[in-house]
Amino acid sequence: MREKSNTSRTFLLPLAVGVAAVTLWWLLCTSGTWSPTQFPAPREVWAGFGEEFQQGRLLHDIGASLFRVGTGFGLAVLLGVPLGLWLGSSALARLALLPWINFFRCLSPLAWIGFAILWFGIGHKSAIFLIFMATFFPLVLSVVAAVASIPTVYFRVAHDHGFGSAEMLWRVTLPAIMPQLITALRVVAGVAWVVVVAAEMTGAQEGLGYAVWDARNGLRPDLLAVEMIVIGSIGVALDWLLVQLTKIRSVRWGYER
Amino acid sequence: MSDKPLRLHNVSRSFGEVAVIQGLNLEIGHGEFVAIVGPSGCGKTTLLNLLSGFDKPTAGTVERFGQVRTVYQQGGLLPWLTAAQNISLGLRHIMPKAKQDQQLQDLLNLIRLDGFAHHYPHQLSGGMRQRVEIARALAGDSDILLMDEPFSSLDYLTRLRMRQELARLLALRPRTVVFVTHDIEEAAQLADRVVVLTERPAHIQDTLAIELPRPRNLTDPAVVHATHHILAKLGLED
Ligand SMILES: Nc1ncnc2c1ncn2[C@@H]1O[C@H](COP(=O)(O)OP(=O)(O)O)[C@@H](O)[C@H]1O
Ligand SMILES: [Mg+2]
Repeated sequence: MREKSNTSRTFLLPLAVGVAAVTLWWLLCTSGTWSPTQFPAPREVWAGFGEEFQQGRLLHDIGASLFRVGTGFGLAVLLGVPLGLWLGSSALARLALLPWINFFRCLSPLAWIGFAILWFGIGHKSAIFLIFMATFFPLVLSVVAAVASIPTVYFRVAHDHGFGSAEMLWRVTLPAIMPQLITALRVVAGVAWVVVVAAEMTGAQEGLGYAVWDARNGLRPDLLAVEMIVIGSIGVALDWLLVQLTKIRSVRWGYER
Repeated sequence: MSDKPLRLHNVSRSFGEVAVIQGLNLEIGHGEFVAIVGPSGCGKTTLLNLLSGFDKPTAGTVERFGQVRTVYQQGGLLPWLTAAQNISLGLRHIMPKAKQDQQLQDLLNLIRLDGFAHHYPHQLSGGMRQRVEIARALAGDSDILLMDEPFSSLDYLTRLRMRQELARLLALRPRTVVFVTHDIEEAAQLADRVVVLTERPAHIQDTLAIELPRPRNLTDPAVVHATHHILAKLGLED
């Protein structure tokens, strides 16, 4: 019973806050506190949604942005996790490479925009490159830190039971870092979604970031609000998807202890 | 197989300047249960590491015959595996699969885990976790069991229950056991021989054989007498 009221609360409470915020927004607009050129009213934003949707632009932009994030983030995971595992197992490699990985992690991805356009032109490739640069390095560092925190007793137990080195990696190191890895993936996916919008504002002619830029230049605050609502909602949805990974039975130990 | 599964001859181990174990001689017979007691930090875990072969002595020799399994002080269940999967680690080398499944079932029945076989370690009570660890260590054809303060994190009643449980399991599946503890009562109740270590650098201060057959009651006069004897040696009773 308690559980049921908790799950309905997790939906009802945020919904109530949302309804209250929109009502306040509507009140401020109708009372004339804000001028319509500075702050679009709910009604105009709703109309903007219809306009963007009917022209097919909205879905097209969402598709472009998701494709770029999926590819850039996917590449970062595919290359970053193995590199992190390798660095985690080799003290010499850590010594040689960690300072450099840290160096690149400290570079704002926006600093790469100039090179991205020079090297890849305007479009998918440069945005994917920027997302990769923004996510690869923090992901590698998270994996290295997670490997370093594995209690040595797990390796001793595995050794006592005759695990070979490949088995150590797949059946000890990887499952042992899984809870921390999932957390890192959530953080890094959030970064990717923020970066794609920034990247598309200068390096693309489609995508949600480009749409934001276009709405700004066209002096269309209603469309600007539309894009912002879509960007925020998709970001929350992506995180929700990754949170589902934490429900896998063999990783629960990382969150319930 | 030799009649002495474990032999330490004049063994010393130091870490840099710090001598942890000095000139230790110990022979442990087949099927014998030896308890090692000593103050914390005196080198008991170091001694087990030497016995298991994980660590090498700086001087002296360690001889070992038979397969060793260790129950670690920090708890060695892999948290991403269920109780049954953890026990199966100890049965990895048993073929065919049907035989392995049968032995897993036997072990699960033996430790009376009932409905908890497919639970993960964090979902089990401390006593259940210890039973799973012991089952894993007893699985397959291990010969020597090294246990490092396995019950020290349990509450008093659970600890008493686990002592009974261990004695019962060893009666069914005899092993050569080296059991480290700082609980003198526990040593006296469980062991055939209690070895008392000194402060660091550790060497043997006293050895006491307890002739009574196992399993025993904590309040058995021979156990009480052995407890008193060890406490007197340590200067804690007159
Ligand atoms: N790998 C090591 N390096 C340096 N010192 C160690 C190491 N392992 C143990 N020691 C030292 O050896 C002493 C005994 O440790 P340990 O065997 O764990 O004690 P016990 O298990 O009896 O509590 C301690 O003082 C500890 O600091
Ligand atoms: Mg210890």
